[in-house]
Amino acid sequence: MSEVRSVDRVVIRFAGDSGDGMQLTGDRFTSDTAQLGNDFSTLPNFPAEIRAPAGTVAGVSSFQVHFADFDIRTPGDRPDVLVVMNPAALKANLADLPRGAVILADTADFSTRNLAKVGYTSNPLEDGTLDGYELHALDLTGLAVAAVAPFGLGRKDSARTKNMYALGLLTWLYSRGEQGTLDFLARKFAAKPEIRDANIAAFKAGHAFGETTEVFTARYQIAPAPMPAGTYRQITGNTALAYGLMAGAAKAGLQLFLGAYPITPASDVLHILSRTKDHGVVTFQAEDEIAAVGAALGASYAGALGVTSTSGPGMALKMETISLAVMLELPLVICDVQRAGPATGMPTKTEQADLHQAIFGRHGEAPLPVIAPQSPGDCFDAAVEATRIALTYRTPVILLSDGYLANGAEPWAVPDLADLPDIDPGYITEPPTDGPFLPYSRDEKLARPLAVPGTPGLEHRIGGIEKAAGTGNVSYDPDNHEHMVRLRQAKVDGIAAELAPLRVDDPGGRARVLVVGWGSTYGPISAAARRVRLSGRPVATLHLRHLNPLPSDLGGILHSYDRVIVPEMNLGQLAMILRARYLVDCESYSRVRGLPISLSELAEDLISIIDSKDKR
Amino acid sequence: MTTTVSGLAGVPLALTPLNRKDFTSDQEVRWCPGCGDYAVLAAFQALMPQLGIRRENTVIISGIGCASRFPYYVDSYGLHSIHGRAPAIATGVAVARPDLAVWVVTGDGDALSIGGNHLIHALRRNVNITILLFNNRIYGLTKGQYSPTSELGKVTKSTPSGSVDYPFNPISLALGAEASFVGRTIDSDRGHLTEVLTAAIGHRGAALVEIYQNCPIFNDDAFAGLKGPTAPGVIRLVHGQPVTFGPDGAKSVIRRPDGSLAVAESVDVDPAQVVVHDADADDPTLAFALSRLTDTGVLQQSPVGIFRQVERPSFDDGVREQVVMPAPAERMTALRGLLHGSDTWTVGG
Repeated sequence: MSEVRSVDRVVIRFAGDSGDGMQLTGDRFTSDTAQLGNDFSTLPNFPAEIRAPAGTVAGVSSFQVHFADFDIRTPGDRPDVLVVMNPAALKANLADLPRGAVILADTADFSTRNLAKVGYTSNPLEDGTLDGYELHALDLTGLAVAAVAPFGLGRKDSARTKNMYALGLLTWLYSRGEQGTLDFLARKFAAKPEIRDANIAAFKAGHAFGETTEVFTARYQIAPAPMPAGTYRQITGNTALAYGLMAGAAKAGLQLFLGAYPITPASDVLHILSRTKDHGVVTFQAEDEIAAVGAALGASYAGALGVTSTSGPGMALKMETISLAVMLELPLVICDVQRAGPATGMPTKTEQADLHQAIFGRHGEAPLPVIAPQSPGDCFDAAVEATRIALTYRTPVILLSDGYLANGAEPWAVPDLADLPDIDPGYITEPPTDGPFLPYSRDEKLARPLAVPGTPGLEHRIGGIEKAAGTGNVSYDPDNHEHMVRLRQAKVDGIAAELAPLRVDDPGGRARVLVVGWGSTYGPISAAARRVRLSGRPVATLHLRHLNPLPSDLGGILHSYDRVIVPEMNLGQLAMILRARYLVDCESYSRVRGLPISLSELAEDLISIIDSKDKR
Repeated sequence: MTTTVSGLAGVPLALTPLNRKDFTSDQEVRWCPGCGDYAVLAAFQALMPQLGIRRENTVIISGIGCASRFPYYVDSYGLHSIHGRAPAIATGVAVARPDLAVWVVTGDGDALSIGGNHLIHALRRNVNITILLFNNRIYGLTKGQYSPTSELGKVTKSTPSGSVDYPFNPISLALGAEASFVGRTIDSDRGHLTEVLTAAIGHRGAALVEIYQNCPIFNDDAFAGLKGPTAPGVIRLVHGQPVTFGPDGAKSVIRRPDGSLAVAESVDVDPAQVVVHDADADDPTLAFALSRLTDTGVLQQSPVGIFRQVERPSFDDGVREQVVMPAPAERMTALRGLLHGSDTWTVGG
């Protein structure tokens, strides 16, 4: 019997061919981890090609999970454990491994031919390449095939259970519960009993292998992380986003209408909402991105909550319609799940380079609110907030998620819907008693009254031509245009007045360096700041949800630090806006690798910034 | 030619009779003097009270172009949108609201050029909307460039040497796009215009009506050869009737041995050879063949009427059949269940 060692955190990366089931394996391991009460964060990383040529580096799919007995913020930079199912997976991932890391390799695919395919002239499992690591080279496929022999599957189906064998072994090694995966397999393959039984057998065999062999000197356990009381579940950003839109619509008492065109990495929002027709949700898979936003705008005009979801290239196509929504002053939520661009770019990789597109990417003076979630679970709150702003101010709102948030998962305290404030769409239902209905009159928030078609006595026309203030009639009057341009801007600017004060995180209150972020960089920035503080250096962090309008107290905060560092997964888009807006010498910290910013690299760089004599 | 479910089913009826003035807005009509759009607007405003539906449940969505100013002049709900996108916006309106009569007003550039994709997909899906395609075979609002229905050789500001751009036949296009209702009419024949519009709004599903509409400024007399009740080139399609036209039915449409259609002198043909129009036919072949009798160059001959009117489930009805909106309290309960999912764990306080 192996000894059990307690550790505080582990990063495991499962890597194999696209068809090896690594995403499923990682997902299952994460679920079992969640059940144990560990905090966790995941990073799926897969090729855009559905089935890239087998055994090539381009076809490697991986899933990284970081879990711990404390509050963690990122999926981790460098895996402690790498599970590889073929030479390509080893080749693609070895550089990320620190010396001493554990490598669990399935030897079955390490044939001369497969080695040559990725440029290995000799077998790295045998030639000393991996001497600095704790290598466990096992014929996982062979062991799995032997374990499932009684079920009479073909060679191919038998070999496909190798991922469950590996999962069983890891489940033992990290003292995870078995029942969740057993239940899952029973559900997933309910219609194919022999496949179900084989996978269960492979999983159990992997677990038993760990228990009975002496390959591993120890197994590990990770205590639950202290978390606020509540009911938790595992959630990805796209799921949280979809549910947030549903919650927003429900709180407003409106039907949710999603118009979408399939695009990576946003398609899951369409998939998830398409399964909720029994919640009154309508999804419309349009002929193109333009029709998707057009139909959503039409639905909003008709009294539903119109939403469209897309990624960068789709945003570009939707922009004319979004400008129309600005002119019409109709509610509309546009979710941009950003990916690496431009053009097709790297569809499955993350980036934050649509910020300028979101804020400035329209023709004419077309201001609109832009907000961003900071973690997968936060996509829920951001979606509710986007809905609230869209309906309250009668405006399109852009929500900027990204591929990392969309596919990454974390524990999520399920919110109590009763705690969410109701949203009042405030439709006008009766003609005014004191004069004609004025569809372009204003309330105290500068929002206009909405009367949906079908309301008697309030018939009126709206359109893309400039509106006369008040009546909304067509107007080419110069003074009116100037008035309306400034009014639309003032309406959006006015949102800042109701935002909660910003919260700078600076535990000692002594920091002279402020790190400002937005969106998914929250994880790396807050984790790096924690590391910097552990080294005895003070650093302050500030994370922005509202990117347009910017909060009223932001300028004062920026001016109160010696240096302001702005890490972004783009070439400095927020930094440029902050510099222009506040005349503060913000320094851009820019990474565009299609991956989340590395927390260890950021921490090191922050330490050298803090230690430098330059107090610019 | 009857459909079992009306295009207006679900639209509430007016409590008191309405008249044409109820559908006239307070906005000054700003089309050029002599524009064919006036005739269509007048026919529309006269037709609407006849439908018996509530004014407030009428919505007109338009794109960009001269015709697309139409909604401003009708006192109902209206949305003047952006170039080519009206069918997409109307799809969202129609899906969200079964109680609205949704009209799309568009032109040849708006519907067939910049918005071609939305048009064909709205027709294919069979969204319950009525599309009025004002075809003047020219770009009017941008002051006189050729359009996707202009004839080859057309000399315009953008084609000073003559257009080399082959035109669409909107009827053929709509039939190819699986449209369930396809009609054509002409601004100069008020009676026919009203007849086709009435049938179109009564059709459940997408109805496309191409309206030949004269632009007196940039393409005057484009339809001169088809003007008036006795115009020799107008082929009136009447369901169940032999297709003959011209003075005293001097010409007949017959089927050649290879299945294609031809025009012959009626005196030369056996009446049994004359094609009998069948707009209800499930197979669109005859309707398509009839649409090909339209001149592609300067118009001297063109069929008008209802080419096709068949029953097919409408998209928005299908969407609504799948969606069930729970009562507010149940909605929150159901959402709570969804948020929790099947795999939760509890951390004690």
